[in-house]
Amino acid sequence: MLAEVFQTPDTAVADIANGATILVGGFVSAGTPSNLIRALCRTGQTELTAVANNIGLGDLLDELCEERQLAKVIATFAIRASGTRQSRFESQYRAGEVELELVPQGTLIERLRAGGAGLGGVLTKTGLGTMMAEGKETLEIDGEHWLLERPLRGDVALIKAWRADHHGNLQYRLAGLNFNPVMATAADLVIAEVEEIVEPGAIAPEQVGTPAVYVDRLVQCDPIPVRWEG
Amino acid sequence: MTNSQPPTGLSRELIALRAARELEPGSVVNLGIGLPTLVAGFVEPSDDILFQAENGILGYSGVSESDFDSDLINAGGQPVNLVAGASFFDTADSFAMIRGGHIDAAILGGLQVSAQGDLANWYVPARGGGSVGGAMDLAVGAKKLIIAMAHVTREGEPRIVEACDYPLTAERCVDVIITDYAVIDVTESGFQLREVAPGISVGEVIDWTGAPVNVSGDVIEMSL
Repeated sequence: MLAEVFQTPDTAVADIANGATILVGGFVSAGTPSNLIRALCRTGQTELTAVANNIGLGDLLDELCEERQLAKVIATFAIRASGTRQSRFESQYRAGEVELELVPQGTLIERLRAGGAGLGGVLTKTGLGTMMAEGKETLEIDGEHWLLERPLRGDVALIKAWRADHHGNLQYRLAGLNFNPVMATAADLVIAEVEEIVEPGAIAPEQVGTPAVYVDRLVQCDPIPVRWEG
Repeated sequence: MTNSQPPTGLSRELIALRAARELEPGSVVNLGIGLPTLVAGFVEPSDDILFQAENGILGYSGVSESDFDSDLINAGGQPVNLVAGASFFDTADSFAMIRGGHIDAAILGGLQVSAQGDLANWYVPARGGGSVGGAMDLAVGAKKLIIAMAHVTREGEPRIVEACDYPLTAERCVDVIITDYAVIDVTESGFQLREVAPGISVGEVIDWTGAPVNVSGDVIEMSL
């Protein structure tokens, strides 16, 4: 089945519903679907839950706070270590207007992987003996202690790749993979922003980073450059 | 603790230089955000150290500000150069390396380290919220955990303490602490002073550490 090509990021995200859980790929500047994030802002949808590595570090996800579209963020970086600069997200979080679930990066990716791979959860040592373990089950297996982390899925995933073919196969460049390939497996609707759409076969099979089966929609856009503001 | 001003020890750069010397040739190393990122600038190519960035790079060298490619950054968002033989991978692979015992050493920043090697480095109670990134996974998974940090807070409070009162990153994970004052090993019997920084005395290290420090054995001056 071919992926559906949309002419603009706005049309690609137009049917995202209020209250949706949205997985957003990228690691600050690398592999970030910035055009799709901006288009999501323009939908005006609210009560959204965003799942992403980071918010408020120079990324455009923070723009969703401008019109208070986020109810909850699940992320690994959300509050800067130094208090000299505050993102919009941070000020809304401090005011109790948006919820934050902070998750260790390795746990976040494995929860998403479990969600996308039909697994019931993750057993990890990460977070044992810390605040991250509060309210969670621990298991002892063969004398080893593990923290049980639950799978995580989205209604929608917004991801970024370098190129796509019309089947929806995606090719990444440099360190642009990060969360994108796993998030592409873990949502009901997967929308990929790419810099170029090519004919099937133009991406060699061994260079496919995300196989077409995961990808529903494509939109070709020039990337919007962003930079980490630590 | 004394009421006097804490002494001035090494600069951040010299802490990073000393931390770089702690790395075994040929090892795979992850550097945390902040001071630890400076370590990449203090290893020689002949050391054959491979730096892993948890956003998905194995084999980057120093920070490169000249030619910014938004898809080629380290885990602190800084543009980096690649070494020959570098590879890219996704976050799941990256944390398989980290939790799976494939990373020989991690150098992370610290807020507090306890006598049993507990680390607190992600959450300042006075700020709240926090950012955890990959710190908890690295603390649990790296074979050797080196903490590079200032010996005391800006207010002169010891960061090396009997028990952490900041929220933990992981329990019993720290092997070595490198500060502006000293190199301290975390052992089964608590803190063991190994080296002092030039201009810092053993007595000053004891005074500005919030837990007993064993100073028996050969304590030498850091060679920088």
